[in-house]
Amino acid sequence: MMDESRRGFIGKAFGAVAAVGGIASLIAMKKTWDPLPSVMSAGFTTVDVSGLEANKLEIAVWRGKPVFILKYTEDMKPTDGRNVKIGDHYFSVMIGLCTHLGCIPAYRADQHDFKCACHGGEFTDAGVHKFGPPPRPLDIPPFKLDGVTLVLGEEGPEYKAMMAKAGGA
Amino acid sequence: MAEFKKADSMLEWFDQRLGVVNFVKVMMTEYWIPKNINFLWAMGVLLTVLFTFLVVSGIFLLMYYKPDVNMAFDSVNYTIMQEVAYGWLFRHIHAVGASIVFLVIYIHMFTGIYYGSYKKGREMIWVSGMLLFVLFSAEGFSGYMLPWGQMSYWAAYVITEIFGGIPFIGDELVVWIRGNFYVSDSTLTRFFMLHVLLLPLAIIGAIVFHFYALRFPHVNNEEGEFFDFDEEAEKYLAGNKKGSKVVPFWPVFLSKDFFVLGFFMLFFFYLVFFHYNFAMDPVNFDKADGLKTPAHIYPEWYFLWSYEVLRGFFFEIAGISGKSLGLIAFAIANAIFFVLPWLDRSPMVKPANQRPYFKYWFWFLMVDLIVLTVYGKLPPTGANAWVGFASSMTFLVLFAALPFITKAEAKKVGGK
Repeated sequence: MMDESRRGFIGKAFGAVAAVGGIASLIAMKKTWDPLPSVMSAGFTTVDVSGLEANKLEIAVWRGKPVFILKYTEDMKPTDGRNVKIGDHYFSVMIGLCTHLGCIPAYRADQHDFKCACHGGEFTDAGVHKFGPPPRPLDIPPFKLDGVTLVLGEEGPEYKAMMAKAGGA
Repeated sequence: MAEFKKADSMLEWFDQRLGVVNFVKVMMTEYWIPKNINFLWAMGVLLTVLFTFLVVSGIFLLMYYKPDVNMAFDSVNYTIMQEVAYGWLFRHIHAVGASIVFLVIYIHMFTGIYYGSYKKGREMIWVSGMLLFVLFSAEGFSGYMLPWGQMSYWAAYVITEIFGGIPFIGDELVVWIRGNFYVSDSTLTRFFMLHVLLLPLAIIGAIVFHFYALRFPHVNNEEGEFFDFDEEAEKYLAGNKKGSKVVPFWPVFLSKDFFVLGFFMLFFFYLVFFHYNFAMDPVNFDKADGLKTPAHIYPEWYFLWSYEVLRGFFFEIAGISGKSLGLIAFAIANAIFFVLPWLDRSPMVKPANQRPYFKYWFWFLMVDLIVLTVYGKLPPTGANAWVGFASSMTFLVLFAALPFITKAEAKKVGGK
């Protein structure tokens, strides 16, 4: 049996109050390190894709991350579930950070692929990894089509369809 | 109230109130160190002095440094380096000191491994020392971010990204650590706090604990000989200084240490004044740019070996991605030294060259760490990637094999 004396009771009461206070302060400390509301709300970028040149990489910035926008030429083949058709052209829209450790891969226009200088990863023009340590294709940011304008940060039907094809990821 | 007699001297006055005479005895003049040691036993004092240098130079840098993404780069490269009188000196001491502290930590660690100073009662010395190594690594990493150059930024980016590999919570954890979706002002300011307050406090605490852990098992010696420290101390105090196997920490041991320290300081200040460039990467003199990765990212020399283990696995094995394998190997590489006292199953406390099997293990490990360090700096393409893979595997295999090697050794020497 536990200590039933008055001192034992006071000790347990003190311990219980201190534990509640301790847990509450841990939660506060955790939340202090969360991204600020201003960071969370500064989340949308719009890009007009009508003027883009084919086979030339356009880099937009969304939430501090580079977003690759690549317009396909007639002879470049789209990859199922990775490209979006805007007007008559296919486009790749993806976050330009290597899925290995976050370096920015460079586009090699003559070979229609991306090469990451950090650890040698390579991706196709649709962002599918084909060599090296990257574990998955380049991520596709949430986007919405508004005519020829691309809104990054909002989930449109085209984006949802692509995600459904990619297995809900 | 306790009764105090009028003191006859200042020493007596302090002794009545603080017990200084006894304190000096316990901490200095009757703290016993073996006689049979060499200059490698001076590394602990060297590290204490270097840490003091880092704290003092850091205090001076702190007076002009600005932890803000718009001001950090110029506050270091313009204000401190060009405007503040002797600002360059404090920066060079801080940068060279950070690099050399790791050199001495590695010498200190491998001295411990070579002479078997991590086992048979000395486990807590080893574990607290490894804790210091981890804290110094975190201190080095957080400090490297502060000048806000390209290497600062991308090192911060890549290393925080590593936490994304943790299952389930990885992605959220990375955003939480950075305080943003990318390395940004909030990241810089919180790592500044870690670098100048929380981690130094933890390091000071760990140093005190490390010294305390030495008190009961005592310092090891060149032959791994066990003896009764009380008996040897009595001999010394009775005047038989020649016959005793120990000397007092102060003044005998420290005077020898100061001799080594004198040479070391010549070397250190030679680097600070004439050869500081090795600690100042040229890429880091470009301001941080989140949209432009430098062509080739590498850490400072002291992290190269574990960095090479991280990227050594660049292809999938048995359905596990190269990234996950690299992360697992990296985690093992950083944690495995903690359990060294329990991986070594041989009871022998001897220098490695007197241990029939361990000596091979020790020198294999040294060679492998050097190969990892060299290839950690090279671009990971072609044959380099395969050397990286082979040396990373060798590292893991060496530690996996250690219990068996030392068990066989114990059998061969028959529990000696």
